[in-house]
Amino acid sequence: MSDNSAALLSNNFIYSAMLFYTLAFLFHAVEVAWSVKTPALNVKRTTLDFTRTERVGRLASAFLILGFLLLFTGVIFRGMSANRVPWGNMYEFSITGALAFTAAYLFALKKYKFRWLGLPVSLAVLLTLGTAVTLLYRPSAPLVPALKSPWLVIHVSTAIISGGVFLLANCIAAAYLILDRYEQKSGRPAWAINLPTLETLDNLSYRLIALVFPLWSFSVIAGAIWAEAAWGRYWGWDPKETWAFITWVAYAAYLHARVTVGWRGKKAAWLCLLAGSTFLFNYIYINVWGTGRHTYSGL
Amino acid sequence: MSTVLDSRSFLRWCWRQLTSMRIALILLLLLAVAAIPGSLFPQRNQNPLQVRQYFIDNPATAPWLDRFSLFEVYSSPWFSAIYLLLFISLIGCVLPRSFEHLKAIGAQPTITPKYLDRMEHFIEIKETDLDQVEAYLRKKRFRIRRDTNSISAEKGYARESGNLLFHLSLVLVLIAIGVGSLFGSKGDAIVNVGDRFINTPTSYDILGFGKYQAEDSLPPFSLKVEDFKAEYDPVTNSPIDYTLKVRTANPASSPETTRVIKVNQPLAYGSTKIYLQANGYSPIVIVKDKTGKVIFDGPTPFLPQDGNLSSIGAIKIPDMNPQIGFVSSFLPTADRDPIRGGFSSYPEVLDPRLLVSVWKGDLGLNTGVPQSVYRIDTSKMERIGLKALVLNESYDFGEGSITFTGWKSWVNLQIVDDPGKGYALLGAILAISGLLISLFTRQRRIWVKQGSKTQVAGLAKNGIPGLEQEINDLVKELSNER
Repeated sequence: MSDNSAALLSNNFIYSAMLFYTLAFLFHAVEVAWSVKTPALNVKRTTLDFTRTERVGRLASAFLILGFLLLFTGVIFRGMSANRVPWGNMYEFSITGALAFTAAYLFALKKYKFRWLGLPVSLAVLLTLGTAVTLLYRPSAPLVPALKSPWLVIHVSTAIISGGVFLLANCIAAAYLILDRYEQKSGRPAWAINLPTLETLDNLSYRLIALVFPLWSFSVIAGAIWAEAAWGRYWGWDPKETWAFITWVAYAAYLHARVTVGWRGKKAAWLCLLAGSTFLFNYIYINVWGTGRHTYSGL
Repeated sequence: MSTVLDSRSFLRWCWRQLTSMRIALILLLLLAVAAIPGSLFPQRNQNPLQVRQYFIDNPATAPWLDRFSLFEVYSSPWFSAIYLLLFISLIGCVLPRSFEHLKAIGAQPTITPKYLDRMEHFIEIKETDLDQVEAYLRKKRFRIRRDTNSISAEKGYARESGNLLFHLSLVLVLIAIGVGSLFGSKGDAIVNVGDRFINTPTSYDILGFGKYQAEDSLPPFSLKVEDFKAEYDPVTNSPIDYTLKVRTANPASSPETTRVIKVNQPLAYGSTKIYLQANGYSPIVIVKDKTGKVIFDGPTPFLPQDGNLSSIGAIKIPDMNPQIGFVSSFLPTADRDPIRGGFSSYPEVLDPRLLVSVWKGDLGLNTGVPQSVYRIDTSKMERIGLKALVLNESYDFGEGSITFTGWKSWVNLQIVDDPGKGYALLGAILAISGLLISLFTRQRRIWVKQGSKTQVAGLAKNGIPGLEQEINDLVKELSNER
C-alpha cells in the first residue's frame, strides 16, 4: 500500500469514527431524555426510569465501541502512512489522545456502572476530532530529526495516556461539583438520579489520579532523558517543560491534600479541576501559541 | 503586663509551622504558581535575543520586570526561596518520619486494642485456635505480635518505606541539579566542514562555566568535521535526517577514530557530551584589492533565517584601506516572487545566490564593544554597491572585487559537561520506584482476640479497599478447617 493511500484511508476511518461518535452522543442523549417519567399531577418531582431506555443506552455504548474501533484503525493507518508512531504533530496528538480518552472511559465502563458519563465523553471526543480534522490537519509527513528516537514512543504515549486519564478525572470532578450544587439546593434533578453517589465520584477521581500520577512522573522523566540526548540538557524550563512541571506539582498537591490533610469532596474536586486545567493549558495554549523547543504542532 | 517573647519557643513554633503539612501544601501550590511567569516572559538563559527585543518593545515596563527577575525566573531569589523552603520543610518532615519508620520496622505491631467492636469489619466467630490464625497470617506475610489471648498483625510497611524513599530521592535530584550548575560547563562552537576543533576555551564562540569548574578542566579532545549530510523531504522541505561524520581523538595527540554524531546521538567523553545542535551554510568568497592582490579567501558562516535556510551574514575585511564590509544574504535555492523579492525555496544548495551590499568606511572593530559576527554596524560607513552573485561570478565595486566561488556547510557543536546528571537520573528512578511502592502497597492491621468467642477486626490505612476481603478470607479459612 502506498503511503498516500494509507493516509487517505486513515482520514476515511476517522470520518466514519466521527459518525459513530455522533450516533453514540445522540443515543446517550435520548437515553437520558426518555428515561424521565412524566410526573403525576400531584407529584412535583420528576423521576427517572432507566429500564425503559436500557436498550437505547446499550446501543449508545455499542456505537461508542464501534467509533473507538474505527478511530483505532484510522490512527494505525495514519502511523503506517508515515512509517512511524502516529504522534508527530498536533493533529496526530489529538486523534491519538481522543483514542486514549475513549479507551480510558471504556475501561472504566467495564469496571464501574458508569454509562452516564458516555454523554460528556462522546461530546468531548467529537469536539476533539472536529477540531483536529478542521483546524489541525496536516498531510502525513516523516519526522524531523529531533523526533527520531525510541523515546518518542515512550515519552509521548505515556503523556497521552496520562492526559486521557487526567481529563476523565476532570469530567468526574466536574460532575461532582454540579451534583453537589444540586444536592445542596433542591436535590438531584431527574436526569442525575441514577448517577453514582457523591462519595463514589470523589473516590473515583482520586483513584484515577493516584493511578496515573506515577505514569505522568515517568513521562516527564522520559522526556528529560530524551532532552538530554537531543538538546544537551535534561531540564531547561522550556514552556512545555515548565507546564509539565506545574501539572506535576499541582497533582502532587492534590494527592497530599487528599491523603495527608484529608481534603474530600468539594475542595478536592476544585483542586483536581485546577490541576487538570494546567494540563489542558499546556496542550492547547503552549502547543499553538507557545515558543520553545516543543514546537511540533505543525501549525 | 508585658509578654516576653521567648525566642527559642518562637523558633520552635516557626519550625513546627514550616514542617506542617498545611504549609508544605501552600509552598507546593506556590511553586506551581511561581513557575508560570517563566513560560510567559522570555528567559535570558534560553533566549537572550528575545529578552533584548522585549526591552526594545517595552522600554517602560521591561526594567521593572527585570527588577523582579522576571527574565530569569528560575534563578530568581523568590523562586529559589520557595523551593528551598519547600525542601527544608520536606526534610524536616521526612527525616523524623524516617527514624520513626526504622524503629517501627524493628518493633512489633502495636498491642491489640481493648474493644475490637469499635473497629472496622468487626466480626465474631466460633472459638478458634490462635496458632492456626498465626500460621495463616504469617503465610499472608503479616508481621505478628502474639500475646496470650490475642494476635495483632500488620502488613504493608513498604508503603511508608516507598513514601520516604520518594521524598528523599527528590532531595537527591535537587542536589544533582546543584552539582550540575556549580561544576558543569556548556559551550557552543560553529565549525565548518573540513575544519578542526580543539577543545580549549578559545575555540568556543560562547562558553559558560559553573562557579566551581576550573577552566583547564575541559577534556583535551580534538575533532575534525569530515562530512555533514542533511536530508530533506522534497514535498514539505522539512529535514528528515542529519548525519555528522568526525575524526576525533582524546587526548588530541592520540590516534584518531571516525565517529558519527546525530541529533539524538551525541558523542560522549566521560561526563562531557558533544551535540549536533544546528547547521547552516558558509559561502566562500575571494576578495581582491584594486591591484588584484588577494586579501581574503575563505568561508564565512551565515545565520539561517528560515526552514529553507535563507541565511544572513557579514563578510568583514578590516585589512583593506578603507575597510570594506559586505552585508550579505545567501540563498541555497534562489527563487523570486513579486512581493517578497528574492528568497530560498529549498534548503539544499541547488541554485545558490549570494546577495551582497558593499559598504566602505569604519567597521568599528576596534571600539572594544563586542559585535555580532553576523551583522555590521554601518553607522560610520557608506554604501558603494549592491549585487546578486551566481556561482563563480565576480563583482567589481571600485575599491576591489569579490568573487563567489562556492560554499561549505557548518555545524554548531554544543559541548556540555554536566557531572550531576547521573545522580539526577538515579534520584528520578528511585523517586518513581518509591512512588509506585507507596501507591500500590496496602497497609492494614488485623486483630484477633480470644474470649468466649473469637473476635476479628481490622483497620486499613486511608480507607484503602480490600481489608474486608482479607478478613472474609481469614474467617472462611478458619471455618473451613473446622
